[in-house]
Order: sequence, then C-alpha cells, then structure tokens
Amino acid sequence: MFKEITCSINGKECTKVIDVRASLTDMLRNQYHLTSVKKGCEVGECGACTVLIDGEAYNSCIYLAVWAEGKSIWTLEGLMSPDGELSDIQQAFIDEAAIQCGFCTPGFVMTTVEILNQKKLYTRDELRKLLSGHLCRCTGYQNVLNAVEKVMKDRLNQ
Amino acid sequence: MYDIGNLYEATSIKNAIDLLCEHPKAHIIAGGSDVLVQMREGKLAGVDLVSIYKLDEMRGITITDDKSIRIGSLTSFSHITHNKIIEENLYVLGEAVDQVGGPQVRNIGTIGGNTCNGVTSADSASTLFALDAMIEITGKNGVRTIPISEFYISAGKVALEVGDVQTAIIIPHKSYDGYSGYYLKYAMRNAMDISTLGCSVNVKLSADKTIIEDARIAFGVAGPIPLRAKTAEKRVKSAPINEQTFDTFAESILEDINPRDSWRATKAFRCHIGKSIAKRALEKAIQRAGVETHV
Repeated sequence: MFKEITCSINGKECTKVIDVRASLTDMLRNQYHLTSVKKGCEVGECGACTVLIDGEAYNSCIYLAVWAEGKSIWTLEGLMSPDGELSDIQQAFIDEAAIQCGFCTPGFVMTTVEILNQKKLYTRDELRKLLSGHLCRCTGYQNVLNAVEKVMKDRLNQ
Repeated sequence: MYDIGNLYEATSIKNAIDLLCEHPKAHIIAGGSDVLVQMREGKLAGVDLVSIYKLDEMRGITITDDKSIRIGSLTSFSHITHNKIIEENLYVLGEAVDQVGGPQVRNIGTIGGNTCNGVTSADSASTLFALDAMIEITGKNGVRTIPISEFYISAGKVALEVGDVQTAIIIPHKSYDGYSGYYLKYAMRNAMDISTLGCSVNVKLSADKTIIEDARIAFGVAGPIPLRAKTAEKRVKSAPINEQTFDTFAESILEDINPRDSWRATKAFRCHIGKSIAKRALEKAIQRAGVETHV
C-alpha cells in the first residue's frame, strides 16, 4: 500500500509517495538521500537515526514514515549553512575530538540541537542523562560531553 | 521496511473503534516503541495495525471540574515530565516516566501504550497503582472508567475488549491531594534499561508531621503484574516516623511481593533489593513531605 506524504524536511516543503510500511529512516535515506540518518540497531536503542520532528529528538527507525505527514523534520544535512559552513555544534565535535568512526555522530549532533534549543545551563550530569539515548563504541563519551558542554557555554556566553 | 500486514490510520477515536471492530485481529499502535520493535523481532510479523498516533485529541493534561488530573493516553513521557500541572501536583509521576528508556524513547513513548502493554516493568505502572489511578476506556458502547487494579488482568493482558481504546488516565483528587511520593527504579544501567524492580511510594503525614497518616506502596516486577504492598501499607499506617517504622516496613514488603527468577535477576536478589528500595523510597517520600530523615 502506498501513500502520498507531504512534510517539511530541513526547511523545505516536500511530497513523495511512500510505502506505508516504511520507517522514517527508510523514507529519509531512500526517498530523500539524507544518508546522515544512520541505520544502527533499528529498534530504538542506539540513537544513530535520531532526527528532530517538530523540534523534538526521535529515533526515526521506530517512527512510521506516514506519521511524518504535516511535520517539520530536521536532519544533520539541514544544519549546514548555505555557504557550506558547519554549525557550531559540528565544529565543537571536531575541535574536541568527539568523533572517531563517525557513525553515531549525526544522531548525537541532532540531540544536541534539541538540548541547546532549551537555552539552559545544564550540569554535566544532566547532559549525560540528556545524551543517554545514544551509543558510541569509540569515544567513551567524554569528548562528546566536552563538545556539548563547550557549545552550551559558548552560546550562553558563560 | 516493517512487516506490516495492513496499516489503518484512524482519523478520530470513533473511527479507531470502527476500524478495530472491522478488523478484530489488528493491533493498536500508539507511539510504536514496543509494537514496532516486536514486529522487527518477528513476534508481530505480518499483523494488521490500527494507528492512533495522530489523534491529537488524546494528548494533553488537564484538571477536571472535580480537581482530578486527566492525562490523555497519547501524552508522551517527556510531555508528562515537563508539564506544569504534573510538576506542581504529581511530581512522582513525572519522575517515574522520566526513567523510561532514553530521551528519544520518552519523546515517542506514551503513557497509554506503557499501561496497555500490560507488562509489570512499565515505569509508569507502579506509580499509577500507588496513586489509585482510574483508566478511561472508550468502546463501541461508550466510555467507562475502571480502577487500574482491574485494568491489569495478567502478564501482558489488560481489560480491553475488541474495539476498545484506552483514552485517558485519571488521577482522582483524593489520591494526590496532600500526598507526596517517590519512585525508585533499580536497573543495571541508568538509561535504556528495563527495571529489575521498581517501587513507588505515596505518603500523607499528620499535620504535625510526626505520624504517617496514609501510605500507598506499589511495586513493578515484583509479580506478573504491578502490585500494591497492602500488608506493608497497613503496618505503617498511623505509625510514627522513625527508624523502627522504616525497618518494619522493609521487612513487611516480603509478605507482599512475589518476584520471579528471570535472566535479569534472581528472585532472591529481587527480594533483597526490594527491602532496600522500599525503605529508601518511603524515606524519600517522607523527606519530600518536609521531614528530615537519615537517608
């Protein structure tokens, strides 16, 4: 069974016909070629497929593509500025060496967008909890926390 | 791609009921963090689904005319935790659902889905038992409301007939007015883990804060469905707030709980931590009511 789905992806209105059995990960990767959305565990445990839907972070692997109708979706690709510059979050991940193989990174970055949009100064323990929906087998998380903390403080001028 | 037989998207609660009656074998999908995972594992492969996820009329938290708190079944865990009404009146529930899975799961997971699964480990369930929550079910013959203790029938089975949709969870005013609560989840990891044992306590103290006037204690994973520790409740009712009461309470727990051996933990271990977390949860709840204790 197929259905036409209209939603906003990275700020652009888009319509495509999709298979109703598709997950949002399937739709974003296969129909829109947004390959920052990684297929990791595919059961909502690793966070590699995290995207923002109406400003909240979701595991797109356990979100049906048909539910995207009328929603505003942001993926990592949408963070890049028109001249190709990286966002401050991505730059901080590079500066703090919060990346090794990179597979978990797009998910981490998208959750960081959701966290920093709250414009709150979180403690390191609070950040740990807010980032706990992501698995990274390389970095040991310390540098990821450092990167998120750095952008948070920079944005809040702390 | 998911192995879904047919997907029927409900456009209203009434439409959902009609679809469920038309397709009696179909499963309801709310947030899907359990249904889709079970489908991926093959347990629900090929089944038909009726999606209610887009029914915004089933979202949100309100205070009703009789001062009860009504939580729409599709309200996500994160929306419950960050809701003003919950923060001010039912902090313990916001605290409990803030321990489900991880942040993304709390954005998609719904309190209705958590309870309709009928599993004993659901983080919301023990607290809802401790709050004497009422479950609102809408079916082809209209709306009915039953206590949560009647909603849970056996492991994985709840009181939903074909064509029924759980539409709200109601916390009566008398259940939360003057009470303070605490939820303690014991799990192997702090995030993305299922409770090994969970304990939720609600207490009401005397005006001079020296006596426990009323206590409601519920456990998750201490039996096939969430359960109330009625013996322990009786023993602490009207008891003074002191170490002896806490110890009596902790020991009494063993007369109420009946956990099993599973790959997650043994029965002996669950009984052991049961005493500790019950005592700690009781003390914490009393602290929240404004009394200094040792914990």
